[in-house]
Amino acid sequence: MRNAETTVSLFELSRVGRQAARLPAVDVPDVPIEDLLPENARSETAPPLPELSEPQIVRHFTNLSTLNMSVDTHFYPLGSCTMKYNSKRNERLASLPGLLHVHPYQPDETIQGLLELLYELQEMLAEISGLPAVCLQPAAGAQGELTALIVATAYFHARGEDRTKVLVPDSAHGTNPASARVAGLDSVTVRGNSTGAVDIDDLENKLDDQVAVFMITNPNTLGLFERQVTEIARRVHDRGGLIYLDGANMNAILGITRPGDFGADMMHFNPHKTFSGPHGGGGPGAGPICVSRDLQPYLPMPVIMKDDDSYRLSHDAPDSIGRVRSFFGNVGVLVRAYAYLRTHGPDGLREVSEMALLNANYLLSQVKHILKVPQGERCMHEFVASAVDVRKQRGVSAMDISKRLLDFGYHAPTVYFPLTVPEAMMIEPTETESKETLDAFAKVLFQIIDEDAELLHDAPHTTWISRPDEVQAARKPVLRWRPTDATDS
Amino acid sequence: MAYIYATENDRREMLDAIGAASIDELLEQVPADIRLDKALDLPAAMGELELTQHLTAMAGRNQSSRESICFLGGGSYDHFIPAVVDTLASRGEFYTSYTPYQPEVSQGNLQVMFEYQTLICQLTGMDVSNASLYDGGSSVAEAALMSTSVTRRHGKVVVPATLHPEYRQILGTFLENLGTKLVTVPMVNGRTSPADLAEVIDDETACVILQHPNFFGCLESVEEIAEITHQRGALLVIAFDPISLGRLKSPGELGADIAVAEGQSLGSPMAFGGPYLGIMACQESYVRRMPGRIAGETVDRRGRRCWVLTLQTREQHIRREKATSNICTNQGLLALRASIYLAAMGPTGLQSVADLCLRKAHFAAELIQQSPRFDLAWADPFFKEFVIRDAEDQVKPMLDRARRNGILAGLPLGRWYPELDDCFLVSVTEQRTRDDIERWCGCLSANNHEVCHA
Repeated sequence: MRNAETTVSLFELSRVGRQAARLPAVDVPDVPIEDLLPENARSETAPPLPELSEPQIVRHFTNLSTLNMSVDTHFYPLGSCTMKYNSKRNERLASLPGLLHVHPYQPDETIQGLLELLYELQEMLAEISGLPAVCLQPAAGAQGELTALIVATAYFHARGEDRTKVLVPDSAHGTNPASARVAGLDSVTVRGNSTGAVDIDDLENKLDDQVAVFMITNPNTLGLFERQVTEIARRVHDRGGLIYLDGANMNAILGITRPGDFGADMMHFNPHKTFSGPHGGGGPGAGPICVSRDLQPYLPMPVIMKDDDSYRLSHDAPDSIGRVRSFFGNVGVLVRAYAYLRTHGPDGLREVSEMALLNANYLLSQVKHILKVPQGERCMHEFVASAVDVRKQRGVSAMDISKRLLDFGYHAPTVYFPLTVPEAMMIEPTETESKETLDAFAKVLFQIIDEDAELLHDAPHTTWISRPDEVQAARKPVLRWRPTDATDS
Repeated sequence: MAYIYATENDRREMLDAIGAASIDELLEQVPADIRLDKALDLPAAMGELELTQHLTAMAGRNQSSRESICFLGGGSYDHFIPAVVDTLASRGEFYTSYTPYQPEVSQGNLQVMFEYQTLICQLTGMDVSNASLYDGGSSVAEAALMSTSVTRRHGKVVVPATLHPEYRQILGTFLENLGTKLVTVPMVNGRTSPADLAEVIDDETACVILQHPNFFGCLESVEEIAEITHQRGALLVIAFDPISLGRLKSPGELGADIAVAEGQSLGSPMAFGGPYLGIMACQESYVRRMPGRIAGETVDRRGRRCWVLTLQTREQHIRREKATSNICTNQGLLALRASIYLAAMGPTGLQSVADLCLRKAHFAAELIQQSPRFDLAWADPFFKEFVIRDAEDQVKPMLDRARRNGILAGLPLGRWYPELDDCFLVSVTEQRTRDDIERWCGCLSANNHEVCHA
């Protein structure tokens, strides 16, 4: 039963004089603040934060949480995001005081356990990727991309080359071209062919001595393995360029094939996807990168060194590009990745990918009788359906279908991506869903597809809110609560 | 396996439906010549019990701030975290959900984002906040890029040497390929000289990035620097300590155009450096150049107040190479923690935390200076951190000795500032008791050969 006050904001709940936290009395001399801080630095008043009691805070946030769909509560087939089960043991382990309450500048001698963990994680990522040198610092996949592109630039500069172009397939994630720009490079789009694979002729046309990096996602965002990847890599390498693998879809190929073995020179992992770090309502993630030996000298600092049985952080890396993030990166996410990898071992990890493929292909076999799936024979860990026929026949869009799924307690697939498929619905079940769940989902989709068009346009009907007016939100942005809002309403 | 449901029977039925004889047949999508023909060389699988024992042993080889007394700071701090933060933020509906792409089933996260943005505005005195970035360092770098975009000046970004050395390193890495020069102004007695700054800011300068309190804990002459910066048409970016705003003037009051911070102090553990929270707020007119996700208020079809991700035409998934930044995620869970923390503290609570830090830090500084061996490196006003010079120039052995006695007594500065090789940075949070501080002081002041009685 929904609490009627659920969405009253913290600011509307506030009453002057309430306070949840009680701080201890000062146990050192109670020197007047005026004696410690110059007048021009002091604020006249405390910041105008809301004033609340602790029970109020608990009820507020608990009630808000119930307005979310989540992996713990719902099937979440959000393509490309790998919304698999987030194991509870990893949460508890990552909260051990020796992993949680440690300062990033503690002397190496006091942090040997964690340095060992991170060192071993690097070795495991190197083995899984087939690329020997690892940097754990990037805070997210997009930051991993950017880091690798800056590393590539440093590598070319050291060779006296000034390459300025990054080739990106048209089906790539938006972060790829955006990362290229932030790295000071120009992104050039390479077309896909009718089967969703890179068009080799278009690649050949765009490949020249100015190309620094070809960024490829494999399996690609249509959920298909790029079978010509070694040929693509050969052509790029022949012109002196490098191959970057966007590791967003690594869940499909763990222990089955390795990026380093199919021609990649560098890649990032998304541990929050592949190794089940919880997504946290939008983060934190992490974006460790793996690179070839040639690129290793340029990786960010610090580097974990192992001397016999002890570990230390080294800042002695003269060719390093420096840093992309403070301290050592999103260590908490990396600890969960470590726990995940140690839970699975080599056979378990391969089974993760095999079952991700089995679930995706099974769901594909059910969905393709309901919706068009342009590349519908086989898929890797996900597939892209298209509502293009329903749209033509009945004016029902991918958006309408997605919104209606919410009514039945399913999170929507990723819609309108990749951009190369009209009315795209990208479905990734992950290996941690049961056949019963997939069957029930397909059954609901089958039911929805024939429902009254008006009912679908107006969906969802059972959620806390109906479709929000996004145009108004962008046209007249209200980006914070203000006291006047309360008196207006 | 650990998290897989499928029974043998399920597998058979699913393969039949697919029309495949075996799972290996599905793997044939990967060309045979690149398929791995052996198992990965990884350690064998562990059950939950073994894994718990293994990780507990590993964690046990780290000296946590639960077993030692921590005076380390420099951008990561051992502040107290109320229980409500952990309890509420560990609800599965928050931490196992994702980006609110479907607002109808993400109102919890969206309202939290909107409330977080509001809390950050209230704290900083700025007009608008995004829904967070990765960490303080990437917020600084993004603020520099944003400034070049707002001012259309790509020549220079000016930073004092009192800005966190790692933040300056990140700026260096980001700006290197963009053709924007990073100009560092030397410090004078732990602070930035406005006159020195004035000499290097020109009409190609996009911004000045000033940390206040700075890396050494000292207060900068912010208002004077704001005036000089604005006179030359550059933006002022202030990197602040969120806890300090319980007592110090806000970046908004001090004239910041963009305010950034490391938000770890607001309810997140130190966790050896991450995950952390990148705070960024700015003046209203720059909002369309701001990186990162932003939540906005609107109404649904029935007229009910609700929230959505908005101004998305700034972002990479829409604009690709023309986006304001390549950033995709925010640090949702950390922003949630910060919101709960600020709600629990309220105005008087945050002020108490700030005052406790301030008074305890000054008590510690007074106490240590009673030893003839130690002096404050400079006499400027400071907040919760200060720099001590060791007359005997034995910083490393002295800190090592304290460490062996369970005290992380300070951060040596020589790595970043060779001229401060005889100095160390001390941070005092509200968690340090008078007893902790006296033990710390006693241990540092003990004769080199003595065992300190900590």
